[in-house]
Amino acid sequence: MGAGRLGAPMERHWGVAATSASSVREPAPGGPDGRRREPLRRRANSASAPAVGASASAEGVRRDRPGSYSGATSASRQRVESLRKKRPLFPWFGLDIGGTLVKLVYFEPKDITAEEEEEEVESLKSIRKYLTSNVAYGSTGIRDVHLELKDLTLCGRKGNLHFIRFPTHDMPAFIQMGRDKNFSSLHTVFCATGGGAYKFEQDFLTIGDLQLCKLDELDCLIKGILYIDSVGFNGRSQCYYFENPADSEKCQKLPFDLRNPYPLLLVNIGSGVSILAVYSKDNYKRVTGTSLGGGTFFGLCCLLTGCTTFEEALEMASRGDSTKVDKLVRDIYGGDYERFGLPGWAVASSFGNMMSKEKREAVSKEDLARATLITITNNIGSIARMCALNENINQVVFVGNFLRINTIAMRLLAYALDYWSKGQLKALFSEHEGYFGAVGALLELLKIP
Amino acid sequence: MAECGGSGSGSSGDSLDKSITLPPDEIFRNLENAKRFAIDIGGSLTKLAYYSTVQHKVARVRSFDHSDKDTEQDHEPPYEISVQEEVTARLHFVKFENTYIEACLDFIKDHLVNTETKVIQATGGGAYKFKDLIEEKLQLKVDKEDVMTCLIKGCNFVLKNIPHEAFVYQKGSNPEFRFQTNHPSVFPYLLVSIGSGVSIVKVETEDRFEWIGGSSIGGGTFWGLGALLTKTKKFDELLHLASRGQHTNVDMLVQDIYGGAHQTLGLSGNLIASSFGKSATADTGTGLSPALALGGAWRPPGRLPSVLLLPPRVLQGGHGQEPAAHDQQRHRAARLPVRQAPLLGPGVLRRLFHPRPPRHHAHHHLQHQLLLQDPNQYSWEENYAGSSGLMSSSPELCPTQRPRSGTFDLLEMDRLERPLVNLPLLLDPSSYVPDTVDLTDDALARKYWLTCFEEALDGVVKRAVASQPGSVDAAERAEKFRQKYWNKLQTLRHQPFAYGTLTVRSLLDTREHCLNEFNFPDPYSKVKQKDNGVALKCFQRVIHSLDALGWEERQLALVKGLLAGNVFDWGAKAVSDVLESDPQFGFEEAKRKLQERPWLVDSYSKWLQRLKGPPHKCALIFADNSGVDVILGVFPFVRELLSRGTEVILACNSGPALNDVTYSESLIVAERIAAMDPVIRSALREGRLLLMQTGSSSPCLDLSRLDKGLAVLVRERGADLVVIEGMGRAVHTNYHAALRCESLKLAVIKNSWLAERLGGRLFSVIFKYEVPAE
Repeated sequence: MGAGRLGAPMERHWGVAATSASSVREPAPGGPDGRRREPLRRRANSASAPAVGASASAEGVRRDRPGSYSGATSASRQRVESLRKKRPLFPWFGLDIGGTLVKLVYFEPKDITAEEEEEEVESLKSIRKYLTSNVAYGSTGIRDVHLELKDLTLCGRKGNLHFIRFPTHDMPAFIQMGRDKNFSSLHTVFCATGGGAYKFEQDFLTIGDLQLCKLDELDCLIKGILYIDSVGFNGRSQCYYFENPADSEKCQKLPFDLRNPYPLLLVNIGSGVSILAVYSKDNYKRVTGTSLGGGTFFGLCCLLTGCTTFEEALEMASRGDSTKVDKLVRDIYGGDYERFGLPGWAVASSFGNMMSKEKREAVSKEDLARATLITITNNIGSIARMCALNENINQVVFVGNFLRINTIAMRLLAYALDYWSKGQLKALFSEHEGYFGAVGALLELLKIP
Repeated sequence: MAECGGSGSGSSGDSLDKSITLPPDEIFRNLENAKRFAIDIGGSLTKLAYYSTVQHKVARVRSFDHSDKDTEQDHEPPYEISVQEEVTARLHFVKFENTYIEACLDFIKDHLVNTETKVIQATGGGAYKFKDLIEEKLQLKVDKEDVMTCLIKGCNFVLKNIPHEAFVYQKGSNPEFRFQTNHPSVFPYLLVSIGSGVSIVKVETEDRFEWIGGSSIGGGTFWGLGALLTKTKKFDELLHLASRGQHTNVDMLVQDIYGGAHQTLGLSGNLIASSFGKSATADTGTGLSPALALGGAWRPPGRLPSVLLLPPRVLQGGHGQEPAAHDQQRHRAARLPVRQAPLLGPGVLRRLFHPRPPRHHAHHHLQHQLLLQDPNQYSWEENYAGSSGLMSSSPELCPTQRPRSGTFDLLEMDRLERPLVNLPLLLDPSSYVPDTVDLTDDALARKYWLTCFEEALDGVVKRAVASQPGSVDAAERAEKFRQKYWNKLQTLRHQPFAYGTLTVRSLLDTREHCLNEFNFPDPYSKVKQKDNGVALKCFQRVIHSLDALGWEERQLALVKGLLAGNVFDWGAKAVSDVLESDPQFGFEEAKRKLQERPWLVDSYSKWLQRLKGPPHKCALIFADNSGVDVILGVFPFVRELLSRGTEVILACNSGPALNDVTYSESLIVAERIAAMDPVIRSALREGRLLLMQTGSSSPCLDLSRLDKGLAVLVRERGADLVVIEGMGRAVHTNYHAALRCESLKLAVIKNSWLAERLGGRLFSVIFKYEVPAE
């Protein structure tokens, strides 16, 4: 059997980012004080006693997550001072090197005193200027300007948090840049997570003379999402959901207050998908995952349509009709399959119509792109629903770069979760969808003395 | 609804293949007697089932009319044998590609003569599409059945009646297929049906089942995507293409993301992190085609475990549906009946996947359709002669290289006269495995036994021809038998798991099935007749000499008699050579051949000690060979037990196998002995000695499939001793069987290879007396 390693179980595939960089998207319209649904009935999470040891994968003793120290009074001045002594030297980066995309968050201090500026070494200054004065780096690096978090206080320093991404295959160029800009002279620590932290560790060391501090990506993800949610989005809500997702006229994106986040099912859709059940900030477990993720969508779209960018794939999908490609329940039963309560519009077999030559000839590339998107999204939604059911969790947060500028997928997830759970499950989304791992890495850095 | 079955091959651009010439001897056997039909037309494959009757010859034995005492001359046989025609019921299952449906329907129409039915039960998506064609061709009304109900009922039926149906696939282990022994209670189990889409059903009882989930990513997705991404448009060819591809060229693996460091994480670098994740950057030239197909082919296994991690708990709370629905058209995608799935951990569940069809996977729908009218009141048995094995259409074989008939998968099941049940005395029916050695596991033993059966084939053929001296075509049929069995053996050499777990028993049973298939119902009938005649004449002499012994010597002599009798076994090559060359080989010579005590396995002293205690209430004895064995070995032993006050149930095979004594022969033998011996006579009259049939026609013994009447009697009489005699029943099978009562397993090892393996020599003796722990 030439099957090779195909029998390998897909137990743990790390989700990583799925997109390729391109244009900067418009700032998301933060729905003001729109109608806000009451949070769904929540089961007392203490009662269901999340399995002890569920977070066995998390190494070491967990530290408190760093809060926002804005508004420190003189009473807490001493504390800030002691923090100042412990806090790491600039620059502050958090790096998440995924299978497709590298996510970089950079904290730009805005409270630099003249004295400090005087002392600042040239290379540090040049990094700061380079990152903050550009929105694109090289041909593939992008700064998501609309995501920038302004006037954030971190470790007693005030500044802006920048969100930058570039394709993982440009990692060598990035390392080379680090060497050219003489990063190693800064004695900074690079906190990195994602599989690339392992894959590129040696390159960082030998080429850039940089020692990486490798971090578990799921730890970082959770830390990042909790932190970002707590600081909000420049005064607006970080978390949102869709009202009437199936109705393009009435569909509304509305803020959601994730004040009581636990328990939470976290679905991270990068190249692949990881699903985590989060019971508290340091008690979570990876429930499952699937290798059918953003990478599958984009990869298949490239093969099926010849598209070259994620944006292009999504744009094609927006103009296609998946029902020409997929075989629906009604294609088989003429209507609903009542015995098992399946509606006629449900997909019975993804790409099932493509078994037929005539139908293959009748579909457009746009239809194929749409079907690919629907297939991947439905599958993720279906697994997420089963996980939620199994874990007894009813709020499900979908994050990861698959969702970037991907309203079709988000609305489908929202609708599918609501429909199949008969209103029991709510799909939630977050503005900084793909950057939480990198934020988590940055937070880890700030605890390094 | 015209497009409902749109997945059919017709729409995949292939016109119906009408040119195919069907080999009727092989494909639609027994069609002329077909009584009922059912058909399941999936997206690519049609599965046809029919309930038919088979007429075969059976050898019947009958006592002579004893009114004329003079006929009992020395040279006269003890009873007469007549060959009669018997009609039995058989289920036939044929699976073929939809392409051939019209040709097949034409063929059926031409050969359909006897059927009285007016309807054909149909299921599957294609039942709609081909409804008119079927009705027109066959002149039968198409009666549609719910596809899931059919699937589940059919699955239940197969799991119950074919012990080695479900298997675990473990990649890289040897053998890769490990069959689970199904026991009568198969519930609950989780059924994952992978057709065009995927359905997951929890089956709790015969009638209670619940759809708990599914996925739209199934066989149709593989086929559809495969057709889009490669130049290959046919399902089988896609599978073949996939078997040559390298998915790692397309999929992003953990090691692609983590570099070489995945070990430190306790991850296998080979895990797929993102399916098709490399396609965005890879050169998508034509060279990638096979890899792409593979990527596609593996979607079901690659994707499903994610879902299947959940079932144990989904089963408790799960209901409702999926965004991804399903249809139930059947493909050759992986599917597996999984026994007790909720009890298995996720790790086990994942291993249960394999990319190719399990045995008979496509036939499950159909059994039920037929059984709708034919309730589960019978037991059925797979006919090895008429069934194609597990991998008959392996995707590794390029479809174009396969012989045409290779695209037809066959399964035949014979209806047994009466239902089969567990022996009530089994200590733990759920863990009972009849066979001692798993030849799929033990390559050395497998090689030996396959060779052994090959070498014995000439003799069997000769014996078969000799058994029908009056028949003009005996030689021709015997030759066909040789070919058929030889082919089975060759298949098993290459695919040991083709018919389930390979065992000495399955090899023996297959041979019997093949002999029956070519109308050699009982090649040893004349040999048995003669042996019985000779032995009957010695009976009284043996009894006299036994009675002359003191109690203790007599007990040993009885056991030695049992063992010596057991030497007379035409199934053992070492012995059949002796018997063939020296027809006068006698009971006394056999005793001399026996190993001296201490025997290879020797708990005789314990047995003797036991005999000094109170008598057993009732002994159940499974007899082995005709002639000396049963008459001079078993009956004196039975007589002694009866004299002690122990009732005896003597269980013999329902049908012939080698020279094993059959139930009907045992009746005559007992009658003849009763005429000579008052002890046997009165015991028979008073119902203290009961002759029963086992329900089996095998030289081996499966204690989980015994005639229900026997099981009932065993319970009623409170049997507290089980005696199993002979290599087939006590060594090849049941050697490790644990019973709730005392048991005696005895045999003479008439095979030097096996003797050596057990640490002894030819004619070593096994005398295993076991008492269950308190």
